[in-house]
Amino acid sequence: MQVAGGFLPRLFESMKRLKPLLIRFLNDGHLNWIFILPSAILLALFALPLFALFVRSINEGFFNFAFSEQAFKALRLSLTTSTITTLVTILFGTPFAYTLARWKFRLKSWIELFIDLPIVLPPSVAGLVLLIAFGRRGMFGSALSALGISLPFTTAAVVLAQTFVAAPLYVRSARVGFAAIDKQLEEAAHVEGANQWQLFYEVMFPLAGRALLSGAILTWTRALGEFGATILFAGNLEGVTQTMPMAIYLGFERNLGIALALSVVLVIVSILLLMFTKRLEKHESD
Amino acid sequence: MKRVLYLLLLFTLLLAGCAPAATPVSAPEARTLSVFAAASLTDAFTEIGKNFEAANPGVAVTFNFAGSQALRTQIEEGAPADVFASANKTEMDTLVTDSFVTQGTPQVFLNNKLVVILPANNTAGLTKLADLANSGIKLVLAAEEVPVGKYARQALDQMKSQFGKDFKDKVLANVVSNEDNVKQVVAKVQLGEADAGIVYTSDAVAAPQLKTIEIPTELNVIAQYPIATLIKSANADLATTFIEYVLSSNGQSVLQKWGFAPPE
Repeated sequence: MQVAGGFLPRLFESMKRLKPLLIRFLNDGHLNWIFILPSAILLALFALPLFALFVRSINEGFFNFAFSEQAFKALRLSLTTSTITTLVTILFGTPFAYTLARWKFRLKSWIELFIDLPIVLPPSVAGLVLLIAFGRRGMFGSALSALGISLPFTTAAVVLAQTFVAAPLYVRSARVGFAAIDKQLEEAAHVEGANQWQLFYEVMFPLAGRALLSGAILTWTRALGEFGATILFAGNLEGVTQTMPMAIYLGFERNLGIALALSVVLVIVSILLLMFTKRLEKHESD
Repeated sequence: MKRVLYLLLLFTLLLAGCAPAATPVSAPEARTLSVFAAASLTDAFTEIGKNFEAANPGVAVTFNFAGSQALRTQIEEGAPADVFASANKTEMDTLVTDSFVTQGTPQVFLNNKLVVILPANNTAGLTKLADLANSGIKLVLAAEEVPVGKYARQALDQMKSQFGKDFKDKVLANVVSNEDNVKQVVAKVQLGEADAGIVYTSDAVAAPQLKTIEIPTELNVIAQYPIATLIKSANADLATTFIEYVLSSNGQSVLQKWGFAPPE
């Protein structure tokens, strides 16, 4: 087909003629490479550093560092605080996500914006705003002091900082889960005479189960890895506020071997816990 | 319409491809000097950097301020730096041992001392050094790996001679956080989160609104800061010029303005 005119129209024309050739090429089974190649590159990005970590961490000092008292304290603190954070998040986040998903009220879109904000905020900003609000001389600090509560430098502060950055992940996932439930099911339940609580507990909660579980896993892992907000708001004291990520960061400045050993410990513990949650997910979908 | 969009895309890609090639215009050779300096040098070195740039047109000085132990780690892991100014000899010696700095080249360019800082309103009501052992006060120090953290613990050791054998333990029991560099300690005290902190006298000068408790010379620690060019520096001559500037009366007057003492 002849096209009169300049260079560009002819270029587009030849590109159009290439299209059927390309489709035939892909249909001949070369389609797989479109999926395999990008996947392999991304997988390499995740796998190679982990591989390097395990290889380089093997040295004489490894077991001393990995089983040191500091490592135990930091690991125990990290696991305890992230678990508490996840439980608190589920307790408060589930009703919150439910109202956002199923109720209609003014300012809803603004509230949804606020709950998503901590996800995009850098952790150091999160730590700073927590300090300004709930620090000893923070805006609400005097109110807290009156109640006898002083937050900075406590383990509670670690939980609070982790909740601030990780809870929004759960609320988002739960909200999507609840919103996906067909309204007809809700109406059917009302016809059957279910009250609000029965509707929630026996219909909504089970149906949104997968979304709630994946949200909880996201929250737990985010809380476990939290560093910037905790170091600013809670400080760094072994056994009280020094989480595993903090111990690794500071260990890095002391002796690379310490950081490597602690990182390996954290990676192994994380893998074990992710395997456990995978079994929960499987169980949930059966 | 589709055609116009393809055109626009092609044009943008071509433009992006062309841009780097357009930069070698005839301009004076711009050189950048990378200085890794201890966090306590933030204010003084920033000013010295500006003066150095004014005295040497075409030179830009970039700074990386952090705890000296953090900088030493970064250098060992390959971070590109031309000059290293450490808050203690330990970190510099490690670099000499690991062949990042030539033996015998580091020079001490200032002395620094410790002081106790208190928030401006001093709600805890601390007035003397012995008060640091009072139960219930919140003390913030730098971590032991940080030079000022090490110096502080050294000073506490020396204070045992005056305040009793268990003074250091009592004070350390009041520590609520071990920070990563000295400026973090200052920040926590400024915010009023901590009742007291132990930092350098130069940090107290940089934050004049804070109250202080002096540490007498016989109980204090003299911190000697060495500075050196790194072997792998790509601008060794410029680095040497910078170090000479720091040691000259120009550099020293700026350092003294910010509360540092001249080297012996």
